[in-house]
Amino acid sequence: MPVPVLETKDLTIRFGGLTAVMDLNIHLDEGELVGLIGPNGAGKTTVFNMLTGVYKPSAGTISFCGELLCSAEHSVPPSQISIKGIARTFQNIRLFKELSVLDNVKIAYHQHVKYGLATSFFHIGKYAAEEKEIEKKAIDLLQLFGLENKKNEQAKNLPYGEQRRLEIARALATRPKLLLLDEPAAGMNPQETQNLMELIRFIREEFDLTILLIEHDMSLVMGVCERIYVLDYGRVIAQGSPAEIRTNPKVIEAYLGSEGIA
Amino acid sequence: MTLGQQILQQLINGIALGSVYALIALGYTMVYGIIRLINFAHGEVFMIGAFVGYFAITLFKFSFIPALIFAMLFCSLLGIIMERLAYKPLREAPRIAALMTAVGLSIFFQNLMVYLKWVGASPKAFPRVIEITRYEIMENVYLTSDKILTLGVALALMLALQYVVHKTKMGRAMRAVSQDKDAAQLMGINVDTTISFTFALGSALAAAGGILYAVSYGKIIYNMGTMPGLKAFVSAVLGGIGSIPGAVAGGMLLGIVENAVSAAGMSMLRDAVAFAILILILLIKPTGLLGKNTREKV
Repeated sequence: MPVPVLETKDLTIRFGGLTAVMDLNIHLDEGELVGLIGPNGAGKTTVFNMLTGVYKPSAGTISFCGELLCSAEHSVPPSQISIKGIARTFQNIRLFKELSVLDNVKIAYHQHVKYGLATSFFHIGKYAAEEKEIEKKAIDLLQLFGLENKKNEQAKNLPYGEQRRLEIARALATRPKLLLLDEPAAGMNPQETQNLMELIRFIREEFDLTILLIEHDMSLVMGVCERIYVLDYGRVIAQGSPAEIRTNPKVIEAYLGSEGIA
Repeated sequence: MTLGQQILQQLINGIALGSVYALIALGYTMVYGIIRLINFAHGEVFMIGAFVGYFAITLFKFSFIPALIFAMLFCSLLGIIMERLAYKPLREAPRIAALMTAVGLSIFFQNLMVYLKWVGASPKAFPRVIEITRYEIMENVYLTSDKILTLGVALALMLALQYVVHKTKMGRAMRAVSQDKDAAQLMGINVDTTISFTFALGSALAAAGGILYAVSYGKIIYNMGTMPGLKAFVSAVLGGIGSIPGAVAGGMLLGIVENAVSAAGMSMLRDAVAFAILILILLIKPTGLLGKNTREKV
């Protein structure tokens, strides 16, 4: 049996008396595209924050590619987790707004390149070569996302949809194995959502990614995910293929039969 | 001496003084940019830099440039230690706590210097590092060698800073952290290292400023950092706190204004004018000349 890219065992986090996530057991195999859905406040983003090291779990473990990543006793700072190969985007876009589009991507690349400050001062030749390579890679990446002609604009001046795309590009520049997308379709119209679906499928192939995404837009979740976990009050109440989830009475109840499940 | 010549002469003097303010203001503005803290102990780093330079020259017999580099390295280390011990534990605390700590550190450093028996409370003559010569660049307009030195060193450091901030990995990390600490972490940036680096950079510039100031004024004393520190703070606010070009512009502008006030025969009012500028800026344009509008997060 292949080692799952991501596996959580009984992952739990409490904030004071509130248990935000309880005994979460999820696993993602290599190359899978999995959805994490649930009503507002179910704990989806909290799960992401634990996976990226922002929150430390109260109990349980997270393993990444077979290696223990963090547990209640052992935590790794977010920057290390990024370097190990987990990247994410945010529900409310968090680009480096006042930096150029190109710099946003370069910063992400940089952290995964070896040279330090000394090199940049004293080994001008080597430094220049590496800078050039990063620049080229960053531009190639922007090209894939149709942003190369905006590379010198400040990130905050891009239209909303392009900011979303840039955020994904920036996450990919950290060369992740696992990509976490937090509501990538938030605020998008149906056409943009459609394009986003194609983009997600495309980057999975192109970058050999495993993807976990949180989403409220059911057309996207049902259209693109192979497997879905449903979270409610911090617990997984259902899991399965989109077809199974669609008809699961527990899920319908959690959503109070709301519009979503179409 | 015509009015034109006089204006030019005062401009030169103002820019030389202003470049020292600018060097200190850069440290204020970078630290503010990255952890939103006004580091009121920064003026003390400036003072300690001058003393380290003094000892490097008199005790260790260093020449000027090695002494400058030594003081800059020493203060970088001091900046890092100061951040680790005093500010890092307070990073999640209310901002006023860190601010009061900064004021406390400032008082601590001044008194520590008085207590140290080779520093003490009385002023020391800073050794002459260069022969003061006057060059007449135009009729009745003079440039002295110490001003050339001040301007040259300040300019070189500012260019180096520009390079570090815009072209290196660490510089990009600094800019990323100053915009969004959490997102930067998730891009693989080590925030603690980046903050330490910012303190090191700011403190090194303050040390250089301290030595240049000592070269022009000829004496150093334990409380010499207070006034230039406050003036540099005014410069940083004037230019727009958090903005690097703003700190340089603010420093230069303040230097020029101060010299103009003195030249107009109101040298007693010099300091009052500097702080009046602070009040005016805060009333009229709190974001400063080159500052950006603060975004309200909702």
